[in-house]
Amino acid sequence: MSWIDIAAIDDIPERGARVVKTSVGCIALFRTGAEEVFAASNTCPHKGGPLADGIVHGQKVTCPLHNWVFDLNTGQAVGEDARITTYPVRIEAGRVLLDGMAVDKRSAA
Amino acid sequence: MKQKLVIIGAGMSSGRLIETLVDTDPDAFDITLFNAEPRGNYNRLMLSPVLSGEKTYEEIVTHDDAFYTTHDVTCRFGEKVTNIDRAAKVVIGENGPVPYDKLVMGTGSVPIIIPLPGHDLEGVIAYRDLEDTQRMMAMGQGRRVVVIGGGLLGLEAAAGMAARGAEVTVVHLMGHLMERQLDEAAGYLLKKSLEGKGITLRLSANSKEILGENGHVKALLLDDGTELPCDLLVMAVGIRPNIALGKESGLAVGRGIHVDDQMVTSDPNILSIGECVEHRGAVFGLVAPLYEQAKVAAQTLLGHEAAFVQKSLSTKLKVTGCDLFSAGDFAEGEGREDIVFRDPARGVYKRLVIEDDRLIGVVMYGDTGDGSWFFGLIRDGTPIDDMRETLIFGPAFQGGTQLDPLSAVAALPSEAEICGCNGVCKGTIEEAIAAGATDLGAVRARTKASASCGTCTGLVEQLMQVTLGDDFQMPTAQPVCGCCDLTHEDVRRLIKTKELKSQPAVWQELGWRTVNGCHVCRPAVNFYLLADWPLDYADDPQSRFVNERKHANIQKDGTFSVVPRMWGGITTADELRAIADAADKYNVPTVKVTGGQRIDLLGVKGEDLPFIWADLNRAGLVSGHAYSKGLRTVKTCVGTDHCRFGTQDSTGLGIKLEQALWGSWTPHKVKLAVSGCPRNCAEATCKDVGIVCVDSGYQVGVGGAAGMDVKETERLVDVATEGEAIAVTIAFVQLYRENAKYLDRPYKWLAKVGLDWVRDRIMDANERQRLIDAFELSQSIYRKDPWAEHAARPRAYAHLADLTLEAAE
Repeated sequence: MSWIDIAAIDDIPERGARVVKTSVGCIALFRTGAEEVFAASNTCPHKGGPLADGIVHGQKVTCPLHNWVFDLNTGQAVGEDARITTYPVRIEAGRVLLDGMAVDKRSAA
Repeated sequence: MKQKLVIIGAGMSSGRLIETLVDTDPDAFDITLFNAEPRGNYNRLMLSPVLSGEKTYEEIVTHDDAFYTTHDVTCRFGEKVTNIDRAAKVVIGENGPVPYDKLVMGTGSVPIIIPLPGHDLEGVIAYRDLEDTQRMMAMGQGRRVVVIGGGLLGLEAAAGMAARGAEVTVVHLMGHLMERQLDEAAGYLLKKSLEGKGITLRLSANSKEILGENGHVKALLLDDGTELPCDLLVMAVGIRPNIALGKESGLAVGRGIHVDDQMVTSDPNILSIGECVEHRGAVFGLVAPLYEQAKVAAQTLLGHEAAFVQKSLSTKLKVTGCDLFSAGDFAEGEGREDIVFRDPARGVYKRLVIEDDRLIGVVMYGDTGDGSWFFGLIRDGTPIDDMRETLIFGPAFQGGTQLDPLSAVAALPSEAEICGCNGVCKGTIEEAIAAGATDLGAVRARTKASASCGTCTGLVEQLMQVTLGDDFQMPTAQPVCGCCDLTHEDVRRLIKTKELKSQPAVWQELGWRTVNGCHVCRPAVNFYLLADWPLDYADDPQSRFVNERKHANIQKDGTFSVVPRMWGGITTADELRAIADAADKYNVPTVKVTGGQRIDLLGVKGEDLPFIWADLNRAGLVSGHAYSKGLRTVKTCVGTDHCRFGTQDSTGLGIKLEQALWGSWTPHKVKLAVSGCPRNCAEATCKDVGIVCVDSGYQVGVGGAAGMDVKETERLVDVATEGEAIAVTIAFVQLYRENAKYLDRPYKWLAKVGLDWVRDRIMDANERQRLIDAFELSQSIYRKDPWAEHAARPRAYAHLADLTLEAAE
């Protein structure tokens, strides 16, 4: 893994999300707690809704367009046969780091 | 031949080290113990019970003079070590040198003093040693103290002084207490019980300056301008390893003195233990690992194999009556699951954090009896698969009981008001039930409870079930969502009755089963809190649907629409030019005239929003709240200004209403209209509030609809003056704000409570004035342009990072 420093954790509001543009598409960083961040695709598989704009609750997010709910641990949609891709992310000294290998199309191929 | 061992610092870890050495091999070392404090080893952890008067200093001394004499320890107390000559292996003290074969650094930690202006005034202290404790013990009845820091140490200091009768205020930078050891819910319970001890807590408060008089502290000034007068100011914001001596001596240091698993520093003859060390990147503040380090250091000194391993830790607050426990990791890590248990009646909160079928963290408040059992599961990594269902009930429980959904009602005191309309308290209803009222109708007949607006019906029924048990068959009511067992009406009523003023308070007191609600209940609770407690509760954007969070309407492709306000539907050439310019500048694909008499710019990119708002703001245009559960538009006709038939200034009234109501949050959207004559060109009779002007005055109708349902307004009242029409409208909107279920439009709410009930309230002069005052109070906060605020921080709307650019470089 090669960790890329993205931003300070406080750039993401608690129980909120922000978007990072990558070569594999837009990835949303969801801050579910003071010291907890998940990374997953920003795009809802249903109608393409921007998940970072959804309401973050517990370790889940609800799509703002049609209320599909995703578990951020697995990316699995609750009660639907669909999932979003999740990405390795970690917090170090107040900074959010994303795995560069996972979000780079060339190395993923 | 005995080796010469010198120990610098007589703290808790070095006390344990000496004990282990003399127990294992009393003849191995000649020990010399330096301590800058003029005394030997005592239990620093127990300073808090000394402060509160539960223990004396003598009781917390761990090693007395007799111990040192018996074991031939040479004590150099009250003497500072000035430097270490590592080449000659000599420690230089103020009163002379001491040679060593082995040296142990136990220099501990120093309290962090925030360099606020005035931090060097007399009366500003840390909480670290016996001297500090004695200063605090002098603070009794009538003395005022401010403690900066709502962590473990700060709260113990505050509680200790409060127990002695001092007036204590704790100032804490974060939003909840002990944020490193507790989650929000436990922090809320802790705050509540400390407030019960008379301690004032100021959270999210930033200290700006310490004010003094004649060189002595006088008050703490916060950056919001509040002055907190005090006779003593205690800074308890944390500690950092005391590495000065180690660094001067040339040892490898980082945050602390670097040690390996054997507690040996970069010099093979020098070991280090306690709060001054850094081991594998970690520094230590709790006692358990320090004792472990002391044991490992003793084994290393004696030439035995031993290695220090970091373990998870548990925390307990030593404040009588505040029963809390936390251990392990409950704030970090992916792939975790929570089990939450709340018992509002007993003020109990428990949360277990599970990862890979193992318990990794626990936070408990109110009932911590099982703490050490849970801690054991964490430490041992016991698989919990088999007992998962009942795990949270602790080791004694292996049956399976249902959480009692009635506990919130059962916990209310008997003087708690259940029915707000008729002022009926819980005790009165219980008496009626005891006297033979066994169904809702009978309770209503005897007490009038739930006989008016009916929103407390659910609570009355629950109370009947609590009192009558199985004799009462509860009608099934729809709870808000899967997170709780209460209906919207119950939640609203309980937020008022129990004076719940924060989300954690609602989750805890009303027995929520999730950590922080879901997309269904959280927006509702957020609205109820801000509607009932406008000054105490701040609107939480993260509990709002995207449109209200971003102040624009999301479209199916993820772009947004922007609708500036046109007061009463009136605009100017300049405003139209600004809108046209913005449409050009931001490549707006669709410009549409709305049914609410204004202009919609559709297809604006999310990241452009703050900029288009700034441009529109410059032309005097503000948010039209086309996205909010709040006032949308006031549609008007031109009235007496131009129309041949107009009877009153309908446009002017519309503008006045819009200016009074804009910015307010309501349970659902609210649309108004004012027509200048009964020809009703503004279509006022299908609005939430529609006013039709006539020669004799104003006909105010309410509860119209022209959406999924189409409904004509019902006449609330006819009034003679414009001022009255405005007053009645505001009172109606406020009554709706105070009572309706979230996402019920006024017509749905009216169908539940009845127009008569609403009219009685609004026609009561006192009640009408109360409603208007309450609305004005709320508007003192919310009557402002959110666009102006958000335009000032465009970064929040931009991408957090763009890795595609970096890849291209």
